Amino acid sequence: MELIDHIMLGFSVAVSPENLFYAFLGALLGTLVGVLPGIGPLATIAMLLPITYVLPPIAGLIMLAGIYYGSQYGGSTTAILVNLPGEISAVVTTLDGHAMAKNGRAGAALSIAAIGSFFAGTVSTMLIAGFAPPLAEVAFKFGPAEYFSLMCLGLIGAVVLASGSLLKAVSMVLLGLLLGMVGTDVNSGVARFTFNIPELQDGLDFAAVALGVFGFTEVIRNLELKDMRQEVASKIGSLYPNKQEFRESAPAVLRGTAIGSVLGILPGGGSVLAAFASYTVEKKLAKDPERFGKGHPAGVAGPESANNAGAQMSFIPLLTLGIPGNAVMALMVGAMMIHNIQPGPQVITSHPELFWGLIASMWIGNLMLVILNLPLVGIWVKLLKIPYRILFPMIMVFCSIGVYSLNYNVFDIFLTATFGFIGYVWSKLDCEGAPLLLGLVLGPMMEENFRRSLLLSRGDFMTFIERPLSATLLGLALFLVLIVTLPAIRKKREETFVEED
Amino acid sequence: MLIKSQKDFWSGVMFIAIGLFFAWFATDYQMGTAARMGPGYFPFWLGIIIAVLGALIGIGGLRRSTPADKVGKFDFRVNILVLGSAVLFGLLLRPLGLYASLFVLVVVSSLASHEFGWKVTLANAVFLILFSYFAFIRGLGLIFPLYPWFIG
Repeated sequence: MELIDHIMLGFSVAVSPENLFYAFLGALLGTLVGVLPGIGPLATIAMLLPITYVLPPIAGLIMLAGIYYGSQYGGSTTAILVNLPGEISAVVTTLDGHAMAKNGRAGAALSIAAIGSFFAGTVSTMLIAGFAPPLAEVAFKFGPAEYFSLMCLGLIGAVVLASGSLLKAVSMVLLGLLLGMVGTDVNSGVARFTFNIPELQDGLDFAAVALGVFGFTEVIRNLELKDMRQEVASKIGSLYPNKQEFRESAPAVLRGTAIGSVLGILPGGGSVLAAFASYTVEKKLAKDPERFGKGHPAGVAGPESANNAGAQMSFIPLLTLGIPGNAVMALMVGAMMIHNIQPGPQVITSHPELFWGLIASMWIGNLMLVILNLPLVGIWVKLLKIPYRILFPMIMVFCSIGVYSLNYNVFDIFLTATFGFIGYVWSKLDCEGAPLLLGLVLGPMMEENFRRSLLLSRGDFMTFIERPLSATLLGLALFLVLIVTLPAIRKKREETFVEED
Repeated sequence: MLIKSQKDFWSGVMFIAIGLFFAWFATDYQMGTAARMGPGYFPFWLGIIIAVLGALIGIGGLRRSTPADKVGKFDFRVNILVLGSAVLFGLLLRPLGLYASLFVLVVVSSLASHEFGWKVTLANAVFLILFSYFAFIRGLGLIFPLYPWFIG
C-alpha cells in the first residue's frame, strides 16, 4: 500500500540520529517553555527560527514542530501542579487537574494528561498521514480566486476563534497584510513603503516582528507586573491512576481526541477551542457533573487529549494548502521559506521526505514527551522555581542573537526593538499581535492571488462569487462572521473567554 | 464628549492614523485598474478599510453602553532598559565583539527587574556568554565579530 510506503519513508527519515536529536531537542525545549511562565511557544519558535537556517530543512522543521506540541505537554504540567496554565490551551486543565493535585492525586492527573495527549497525538498523526495527500490533490484544482477566498476564510477563522474584540482583531489582520506590502513589489519592481531604507527592500522580516511583539513585549509586560512568584504543589504522589480514574478517563480521551481532530483543522485557535469544547461535552455527558471542578479525571483527560489533537491537526492546512491556521504555523511557513521551500500542496510530491519525515517525527516526538514528562516531572517542578530575573536576560540574549543571525545585520535588532515597543503599545490597547503575524505572512501571497484573479477576470470582482469553490469558501467565511456577531453566541463566546482570564 | 473605553477610542485613532498614512503613501505608486493593478492599488484600499474599521472602533469607544476602561500606565523605565539593552547590543556588536556586548545586554536588561542584584546578574552574564559560545558559535557555527576592534 502506498500509505505504508510513505510512512516507512517518513520513519526512515525521522529515525536518523540527527533528526532524532532535533526531535528530542524540540520536545525538550517545548516542555521547558511550556513549564516556564512568561515565555510561550510562539516566542521560542520565533527565537530559534533564524537559527534553523544552518540546519537541514527537515531537522529545523522537526525541531520547531517539537517545540509546538511539546509546549502543550509542558503547559499541562504547570496547570496541574501550580494552577497556572503554561499555555492558554491548558486553561481548562487547571480546573480539575489542580483540584486532583490538591486531593493528593497530582501524579495520576499528570499521567492521565500525558497518556491522553499521547493517544490523541498518535491518532491525529495518522489522520494527517491519511488525509493530507487527498486534500493536497484538491488544492491543485485551486486557481488564484480560490486561493484568495481560502486565505480570507483562514484569516476570518483565525480571528473569530480568538479572544477579545472582533473588530480589533480584523483590523490587526489587515494591518498585518499592509505591513506585508513593505518591500519590493514583485510585479512592478517598485519599492513600497521602504522610506529609502535599503534593509526594508526585502520586506519586514516577520521573525523580527514576531520577536519584537512576542519576545520583547512579553518581557516588558512581565517585568511591569513584578510579582511572578508561585506556589508549587510539592507532593506528586503515585503516577499510576487507580481503576476508577482509569475507567472515567478512558472514554473522555476518545471523545476529546475526536473533538480535537475535527476542530483542529479549522483555522484559528483550534487547540484552545477544542479544549473548551471537550470540557463542556464531558460535563454534559457525566452522570455526576457536580464533581467537575473538584477533581474529576474526565475533566483532565478530555481537554488534554483535545488540545493535543487540535495542535497536531493544525498542521493540516499548512501542509496541504500552504495556509497557516495560527501564528505558530505562520512561523513554520517562515521556516520553510528560509530554506526556499514554498509551502503548498506541492510539498508532498516535491519534498516527500520532508513531509513524511515531519509526520513520523511528530509521533516519535509525542512518545519522547511521555517519557520526558512523567518520570522526569521532578525536574520540571524544580525549574518552576527559577526566578524571572534570571530567565528574562536569557530571553533577551536568545532574541538578540537570533534576530541578528537572520541576515547578520544589526538593523534587524533595531527593527525588533521598535516592534517591541509597538507591541507594548498594542498590548496596552488590547490589540492582539497574533492575528497581525498571520496577516504579515499571508500579505504578499494574498495580494498576488488577488491581482492574478482580477487579471484573469479582466477586472470583474464577481469572479470570486461566480466560481463555485471560491464562493463556497467566502460563504463559509461570511457564515463564521455572522455566527460570532449574533447576540446569543456573542454572549456565550464572551463568557467562555472570561473564564480563561 | 465622554470617552467610555479609552482602549477602544485610542485603538481607533491608531488604526485611522496608520490606515490613512499608508493609503496616502500608496498614492505615490501607480494605482492601475482592477484588471491591471499597479503597486498602489492593494495597499491603498487596505489602508482605507483599516481607517474605516478604526473609525468604527473609535466610535464604539464613545458609546454609552460600552464598558468603561482606561489605558494602563506606560512603564517607560522598563521599556527603555529592556529595549535599550537590545539596541546597545546592536550598536556595540561590531566595535566591541560578541562577548562584551552580551555582557552589556545582560547587565542593562537585568536592571529592569525590581529584584535586581549584582551577584546574580554577573553570574548570569558569565553563564550566558559561555552558553552562547558553546551553543551558537561551537554548536551551530554562527559567525559573529567576537573581540573588540583593538584586539581582533
